[in-house]
Amino acid sequence: MTRARVWRTVTPWLYLAVPLALLITFTYLPVGNMIRDSFTDWDGVSPDRNYVGTRNYVELFTRPELFQVFFVSVYYLVASVAQIVLALYFATVLSFDLRFRNLFKGILFFPYLLNGVAIGLVFLYFFQPHGTLDTVLSGFGVHGHHFWLGSGRMANTSLSAVSVWRYMGLNFVLFLGAIQSIPGELYEASELDGANRWQQFRHIIAPGIKPVLSLSAILAISGSLSAFEIPFIMTGGAAGTQTFVIQTVKLAFEFNKMGLASAAAVALLVIILLVTWLQRIVVPDERNDLV
Amino acid sequence: MSGKVLLRTLVYVSLVLACAVVLLPLLAVFLTSLKTSQEMSRGSGALSLPHDWLNYHNYVTAFRAGKMLRAFWNTAFILVFSIGGTVLIGSMAAFAIDRFHFRLRRLVIALFLIGSLVPSVTTQVATFKIVNNFGLFDSRWAPIVLYMGTDIVSIYIFLQFIRGIPVSLDEAARIDGANTWTIYWRIILPLLKPAIATVVIIKGITVYNDFYIPFLYMPSENLGTISTSLFRFKGPFGAHWEDISAGAILVMVPTLVVFLFLQRFIYNGFTRGATK
Repeated sequence: MTRARVWRTVTPWLYLAVPLALLITFTYLPVGNMIRDSFTDWDGVSPDRNYVGTRNYVELFTRPELFQVFFVSVYYLVASVAQIVLALYFATVLSFDLRFRNLFKGILFFPYLLNGVAIGLVFLYFFQPHGTLDTVLSGFGVHGHHFWLGSGRMANTSLSAVSVWRYMGLNFVLFLGAIQSIPGELYEASELDGANRWQQFRHIIAPGIKPVLSLSAILAISGSLSAFEIPFIMTGGAAGTQTFVIQTVKLAFEFNKMGLASAAAVALLVIILLVTWLQRIVVPDERNDLV
Repeated sequence: MSGKVLLRTLVYVSLVLACAVVLLPLLAVFLTSLKTSQEMSRGSGALSLPHDWLNYHNYVTAFRAGKMLRAFWNTAFILVFSIGGTVLIGSMAAFAIDRFHFRLRRLVIALFLIGSLVPSVTTQVATFKIVNNFGLFDSRWAPIVLYMGTDIVSIYIFLQFIRGIPVSLDEAARIDGANTWTIYWRIILPLLKPAIATVVIIKGITVYNDFYIPFLYMPSENLGTISTSLFRFKGPFGAHWEDISAGAILVMVPTLVVFLFLQRFIYNGFTRGATK
């Protein structure tokens, strides 16, 4: 009898052992280590590390060349607002019956599935002086060549445009799914009441997609703060296009400033958790179905 | 009436324009991948048509010099093990959480829930040392273990599905003398097929496209995945855009094929994966 009871207590843990071990080893342990290291001057190699208090954090937020990365993420943030607006427009338009609807849907979504390195190279080519973009522009009468990835403003704008190209499809499909799950009778009823397209959008579609919209908002914020692949592959962070994650990776693995890199990573983590938490407060999740 | 027609036309124009924006950069790369280096040096413009539509030489170069065959093999290896592992781990965790009542159950749920909020980009600085301590650095097991261990979204997806499987099935099996493993393996897992399909698709595409983890953990050239091997095209091929283009197309074609065949599953999968 007791043996059966012991067995019953142990069984769930047998199934949970591997998932929990992995979760703790690769999520909680790193977070713990990171917080610890962020208060030290560890170089990532030597066995000794000295406690330096909050010096790394102060450095992170006061040294202008380190703080610069936050300005870069503003470009991505602005781009992701444009991305959400575009996605919303295309989702609304394609929720109505149109010719070639599936073809349009497929083409708009496809970039999201593509390999990031391939996208980076495609656009490196696209933005070449006398490259695809310049060729197309000259077709519209804008001649000459431009250094689209040349420096600061231009480069960051081009890079964040690439990220819109890449990620818009996901927002679009999420919105479309949400819109299509709104029962059709609502539209019919509103049409009988004489509502126009804008009123339909404002009073039927908008409330229906609110959860997905708020999800897209967090994804946009955390995505623009942790932008990495596109700028790393295309410019390597040169010409003022360094993002937060590129800088952190360089600090940690190129300059052996593990303490400072950890502080940067902790700061990013805290910001992202904060944003997520805010979103949970603003838009409470009715479907909290895990518990 | 004519206002409506105008509006409709504008909508179509905007859609066609958007599709052009999506396709044009890809088309340029495709056209370039078929050109010879002489054609390229003549500077005929990125959107000019290639002389010979069957010129596959750049693809041969990409495969040979770019080590793409090796890259596809490494990626396939990582894909098989990390997807298999994710399915087993995720479904077992979901099975334990949904079908058993045990002490600390809420704590376990909270651990997974909070863990899912931690973006893995932020923790790599510290994860690196842990992977290194396990002696996994510069081996294909590093990404495999990381892909398996940090995927909480799949646990969510399994959990949602497992709820829909009536507990009476478990009970009936238990009365017939089945133990929990038999219930999991013979009843739950087969009924989870739709969830497994979702996880396989999302995970497959994510792993196939991932650059960050193989870049950090597998610097050796012969351990290149398609992402890191393609990234290395930037150096040696320098300005040889016809070769780089061929490499990029090689990487994108499998995605296109998978998308064309599994469209419906892919839309559903990503909608489910992201909203959870």
